[in-house]
Amino acid sequence: MPEIKVTPLGAGQDVGRSCILVSIGGKNIMLDCGMHMGYNDDRRFPDFSYITQNGRLTDFLDCVIISHFHLDHCGALPYMSEMVGYDGPIYMTHPTKAICPILLEDFRKITVDKKGETNFFTSQMIKDCMKKVIPLNLHQTVQVDDELEIKAYYAGHVLGAAMVHIKVGSESVVYTGDYNMTPDRHLGAAWIDKCRPDILISESTYATTIRDSKRCRERDFLKKVHETIERGGKVLIPVFALGRAQELCILLETFWERMNLKAPIYFSTGLTEKANHYYKLFITWTNQKIRKTFVQRNMFEFKHIKAFDRSYADNPGPMVVFATPGMLHAGQSLQIFKKWAGNEKNMVIMPGYCVQGTIGHKILNGQRKLEMEGRATLDVKLQVEYMSFSAHADAKGIMQLIRMAEPRNMLLVHGEAVKMEFLKGKIEQEFSIDCHMPANGETVTVTTNPSVPVDISLNLLKREMALGGPLPDPKKPRTMHGTLIMKENSLKLVSSEQALKELGLNEHQLRFTCRVQLQDPHSDPDTLHRIYTHLKSVLKGYTIQHLPDGTVMVESIVIKVSSSAEDTNTKVLLLSWSYQDEDLGSFLSTLLKKGLPSGLC
Amino acid sequence: PMDQSSLKNSDVLILTGLTQMPTANPDGMLGEFCSNLAMTIRAGGNVLVPCYSSGVIYDLLECLYQFIESASLGTTPFYFISPVANSSLEFSQIFAEWLCHNKQTKVYLPEPPFPHAELIQTNKLKHYPSIHGDFSSEFRQPCVVFTGHPSLRFGDVVHFMELWGKSSLNTIIFTEPDFSYLDALAPYQPLAMKCVYCPIDTRLNFHQVSKLLKEVQPVHVVCPEQYTQPPLTQSHRSDLMLELQPPPMPYRRCSVLNLPFRRRYERVYILPELANSLVPSEIKPGISVATVSAVLHSKDNKHTLQSVPKPPPAPPTKKRKRVMEEPPVVLAPKPLLSGAVPLEAFLATLQKHGITEVKVEETADGHILHLQAEDTLIQLEEDGTHIVCDNNEPLRTTLRDLVLRFLQKL
Repeated sequence: MPEIKVTPLGAGQDVGRSCILVSIGGKNIMLDCGMHMGYNDDRRFPDFSYITQNGRLTDFLDCVIISHFHLDHCGALPYMSEMVGYDGPIYMTHPTKAICPILLEDFRKITVDKKGETNFFTSQMIKDCMKKVIPLNLHQTVQVDDELEIKAYYAGHVLGAAMVHIKVGSESVVYTGDYNMTPDRHLGAAWIDKCRPDILISESTYATTIRDSKRCRERDFLKKVHETIERGGKVLIPVFALGRAQELCILLETFWERMNLKAPIYFSTGLTEKANHYYKLFITWTNQKIRKTFVQRNMFEFKHIKAFDRSYADNPGPMVVFATPGMLHAGQSLQIFKKWAGNEKNMVIMPGYCVQGTIGHKILNGQRKLEMEGRATLDVKLQVEYMSFSAHADAKGIMQLIRMAEPRNMLLVHGEAVKMEFLKGKIEQEFSIDCHMPANGETVTVTTNPSVPVDISLNLLKREMALGGPLPDPKKPRTMHGTLIMKENSLKLVSSEQALKELGLNEHQLRFTCRVQLQDPHSDPDTLHRIYTHLKSVLKGYTIQHLPDGTVMVESIVIKVSSSAEDTNTKVLLLSWSYQDEDLGSFLSTLLKKGLPSGLC
Repeated sequence: PMDQSSLKNSDVLILTGLTQMPTANPDGMLGEFCSNLAMTIRAGGNVLVPCYSSGVIYDLLECLYQFIESASLGTTPFYFISPVANSSLEFSQIFAEWLCHNKQTKVYLPEPPFPHAELIQTNKLKHYPSIHGDFSSEFRQPCVVFTGHPSLRFGDVVHFMELWGKSSLNTIIFTEPDFSYLDALAPYQPLAMKCVYCPIDTRLNFHQVSKLLKEVQPVHVVCPEQYTQPPLTQSHRSDLMLELQPPPMPYRRCSVLNLPFRRRYERVYILPELANSLVPSEIKPGISVATVSAVLHSKDNKHTLQSVPKPPPAPPTKKRKRVMEEPPVVLAPKPLLSGAVPLEAFLATLQKHGITEVKVEETADGHILHLQAEDTLIQLEEDGTHIVCDNNEPLRTTLRDLVLRFLQKL
């Protein structure tokens, strides 16, 4: 039985360093190649030694597919392709290809220049890595090679995020990456057709939550920001430059406009203007409303939001600042946080998921005294709020996706073990399919039961369909008979006669002749007629003919009558049939041996 | 350039949409366009370019963008007038995945793939939905106007023809190949305005098509009959047509064609349960066969083969029925047989089954075996075997099975 093997090297019962290996039909595919934001040592990269102990990965992988540009899905890509070594194709969508190198470069700068790390990838490596990238378009089937094909679907979540459908022969796998089933202010919702993959690998970040209405969350968020501004406090919103930031900017901009607010909103420099450009050039990836109106009005040009300068952080008075990066683990957002943390009037709002180990995670869990570098402690007095704006599917959304795609098996990644366990139970109960949730390094093997595609000769097919009639009878299905010829890699189904011809074989006829003795006082022709009548009553549904040359034919079996030389009452029946009529012939000889019933005329 | 790999090994290739200007090299035409434009402007005249609002205009604007500096046209305004002018220019920037590699790399920077964005920003190019409204107040001459319709029968271009037609300083430059410029100009004659014809048609010409066909090598080529002869206006040019061996199948408007290929096979899927039950046997090196008895299901033009359902077991009855009362239900026809029964091996098999007294008689086509004790005859020939056996059904079936051991079932 063919099997599909899935092994997460990262994001197995965990969030971060997503990297999933799939073995399907003899092909090996790596899905995502991310970095774990919670660690600073080797644990932040997936363990590639699982693939091979030493040497480059090129021979072991047929392709690498990256779902979107978040660092926990592509952060380790330059490391893998340039430092471990991989020269094969890397697939990602156009926006991902455009934005990935920017985020990678930014991340590299912070890690190497500011933190002073040495064993890290260089700018040149990022460039070399991106040269190996082949861009994907939505719903375009791309042939990686003769047997492997992939197709990208819209996933929502961030600009350019895609779900990937991988097919080899009759087996297929769908990997969702991160996705969102509800459209938001600038992105649409994920969509996939009923492709019925053997395995659906889905993220399960919010496996146990069902999110309440978006409007409530937005109203809540705006209320908190407004209150803080009213009392003169400052609001810090740590975000990644591309992704949720745009969503919240649009939200705040419309709110400021409506309420005619005067407090400044800042967006940290660096990636801002570029982000704006990207959204303009890739507008086909945003939601319908933005696409319709982009000619008249660019939704991403904000009137109330300005570029931030470091000195503004010390300005008195209320303000709202969007600063990167999103989990308060480094960079500008951390700097601003340190400045503002001591004042209770201020507020920090975390708009999304924080990985364990980051300051964001710590303060969300209630920690109010933080250890900084140089043994200094920071007292956290400002208000800490969590508003879940990150665009991941909730439990209801995951179930909805399963209903859309109708997979045969489920596999959960990118979540917490306890929550995944709960969701697994629900999935198994609702859909009656197997659900797996492997840990890092654990292999899940799924046996598939694919149908075998075979070429049937048109003659045979048309003949069968014509004989079958327009409506097949379910009680008496018509059996088709043919010969399957297996040559090299081709499977052909033809009629037996055609098979003989094609293979250059001669037909071998096997015939049987049987003599049965009967007691019957009639004349030969009368006996024959009695036999005919007898058979007609027993063998309903068969073709029985009484031929003028003195024989009875049942299908293609011949029956002749002659009198025995010694006694005219003893008749000798000669039955002759070929192997094709074996069953019937055998039956007839036994039947006639029993003699003719007396009640016949 | 076009991705040709999917065309390879095609049975039929339908070829159409070739360039209507086979003698006009697009690059050369672009050059002429620019030089004529510059000449007119320097002399103080206006240039009118009738064109569609999307398509070649992007290339014209790109070409002019590079040309402007060198030709010192920096102060000349360019106007693009069409109700969809704004949309057209905006939309051209967002579909980078369809553009050439160079433009795609610009998008990654990020920078817009077409330079007309910059022309608009620097106010060199201005677009208006129509000549009424803002345009009429901001209009300056000399200038270059891109507007429609290339047939010169309707659209804002008509207005400009009336406005500028009387001065020989002005020039109208035709770039669209769809319309004969002489026919288009006919109603405006007499015309003092200069006319330049440099059609830009980037579709494949005959030379490129021949190269394509050599690489793709389709079995049959079908094309409009116009391509099988040189164009009417240049009937001496034998290179301006498709010359192929074997000749392509021509078609004309409203003709119905039967395309010359026959399918011999269709795809059918064997369900896993049935696939597991098949027993292949190798009859020649590298070739195996298996007998298939299945039920064909066809739905929505998808065919599957399923296992024959087993007949339900006969319910046990109180009355003891006579065995063999029921005639056999033919579930599947018996397979065809092939091969031959080797004499010596068969005799040895008979011996193993206790049939020892066998008299072998040679005939013209084979052998006849008389089984003495059982009073049975077996006739063995190259392409047939005949068993004559009376009154001994068990023996007959045993002999049958022994013979079948030596034969291939198909």
